[in-house]
Amino acid sequence: MVPRPWRVVRVRRETHDTKTLELEPTEPLSFPFQPGQFNMLYVFGIGEVPISISGDPQEPHRLVHTVRAVGAVTRALCSLKRGDVVGVRGPFGSAWPVEEAEGHDVVIVAGGIGLAPLRPALHHVLANRGKYGNVVLLYGARTPRDLLYRKELERWRGRFDLQVEVTVDSAGEGWYGHVGVVTTLIPRADFDPAETVAWVCGPEIMMRFTVQALRERGVSPEDVYISMERNMKCAVGFCGHCQFGPEFVCKDGPVFRFAEIERFFRVREV
Amino acid sequence: MTAAKDLLAGHPFFRDLDERYLELIAGCGRNVKYNAGEYIFREGDVSDAFYLIRYGRVALEVHVPGRGPVVIETLNEGDVLSWSWLVPPYRKQFDARALTLVRALAFDGECILKKCEEDPRLGYELLRRFIQLVGRRLQATRMQILDVFGQGK
Ligand SMILES: Cc1cc2nc3c(=O)[nH]c(=O)nc-3n(C[C@H](O)[C@H](O)[C@H](O)COP(=O)(O)OP(=O)(O)OC[C@H]3O[C@@H](n4cnc5c(N)ncnc54)[C@H](O)[C@@H]3O)c2cc1C
Ligand code: FES
Repeated sequence: MVPRPWRVVRVRRETHDTKTLELEPTEPLSFPFQPGQFNMLYVFGIGEVPISISGDPQEPHRLVHTVRAVGAVTRALCSLKRGDVVGVRGPFGSAWPVEEAEGHDVVIVAGGIGLAPLRPALHHVLANRGKYGNVVLLYGARTPRDLLYRKELERWRGRFDLQVEVTVDSAGEGWYGHVGVVTTLIPRADFDPAETVAWVCGPEIMMRFTVQALRERGVSPEDVYISMERNMKCAVGFCGHCQFGPEFVCKDGPVFRFAEIERFFRVREV
Repeated sequence: MTAAKDLLAGHPFFRDLDERYLELIAGCGRNVKYNAGEYIFREGDVSDAFYLIRYGRVALEVHVPGRGPVVIETLNEGDVLSWSWLVPPYRKQFDARALTLVRALAFDGECILKKCEEDPRLGYELLRRFIQLVGRRLQATRMQILDVFGQGK
């Protein structure tokens, strides 16, 4: 699969190291995707990296990606300007099981940039709000300056049919919200553990602690899904770069049922 | 203080505690109120009480020279504040500041410790509960120290 050219139509600065890019195809094209899937974004002359789709699945004519600058390619993505062109291959990978979760309470737990791949799932749930029970978003970041999608978070918080709790690991003066790791929000969230499906994304340590805290509340690992990150090259199950235990993150993942990968999750450096 | 006793009976922290113990503990409690910005206690203060937060949000802060107060944790309605009253050196380790209006039940540590001396079973029950609280906070602190959101994970 060769990359197709997409044009940057908008760049929004989220935090000091993270930007959200809006892309439109250079030729008319519909791009259906499922929440949780990712694209390979190619910056000409620099390289290609997997980046989750963070836009609304109801808008398949536009792609939204939120990128944190950590190395050569992500830095190049973050310095793109309106009008620049990037190569896009995708969509790839498994999705959050949004339909399977119908009839249940949904608990979304995000850490840091992990909110990006969960955002389409929340959009989907809110667009089909009547099919779900209680819906809870628990979001943790390092400091108040590192929170993504601030305006949207405020809008979500204003809704009566959604519980949004935000916490930061540390804060200075002027922050009146929660301080503490994201797992401290779990005991106070409003959901019925026996009827809950949880979707979790963030750094691996954060996901491990989160699954543990969900378990303490009575949520079964069968009902917990997490999204894994591994380095990728082909993104189509060919090269083996993204192997995690017997699974290929690019095609079997990135979204996995926790119960199915728990074994490997505890092994260091699989 | 029957209201305090009912409140304790319905609180997960005191779940399954004997009726008579609830009464003893309630007997050492009183209602307190703090305005937003007010300090409930300061680092280094003698620790002679713990609190059950009934309303509002409390910040635990450390003063870092050159950086001012750094909030390391917030506690909310339903949370138990302070365990340093239980063990030597009986000193508060942080500043606790009300971020909003805070209503709480404050329990007199000396009063409760005295009752624990008289009835070690009560002492055991309380220690068991506080050690769980300390364990949970320690776990959260560990995760915080790992700074999982830092650059390069
Ligand atoms: C399925 C999937 C979805 C992803 N979705 C997103 C997304 O929506 N937004 C996003 O910003 N990133 C996302 N990533 C991570 C992104 O792919 C990597 O950050 C990127 O590949 C790094 O490439 P680079 O050339 O910029 O940095 P490199 O030169 O490869 O790495 C530079 C430095 O950054 C470190 N690093 C590499 N990856 C990460 C990482 N994930 N987090 C922190 N440090 C890292 C490396 O250890 C190295 O020290 C996703 C990854 C996967 C597998
Ligand atoms: S990236 Fe090549 S097999 Fe997954």
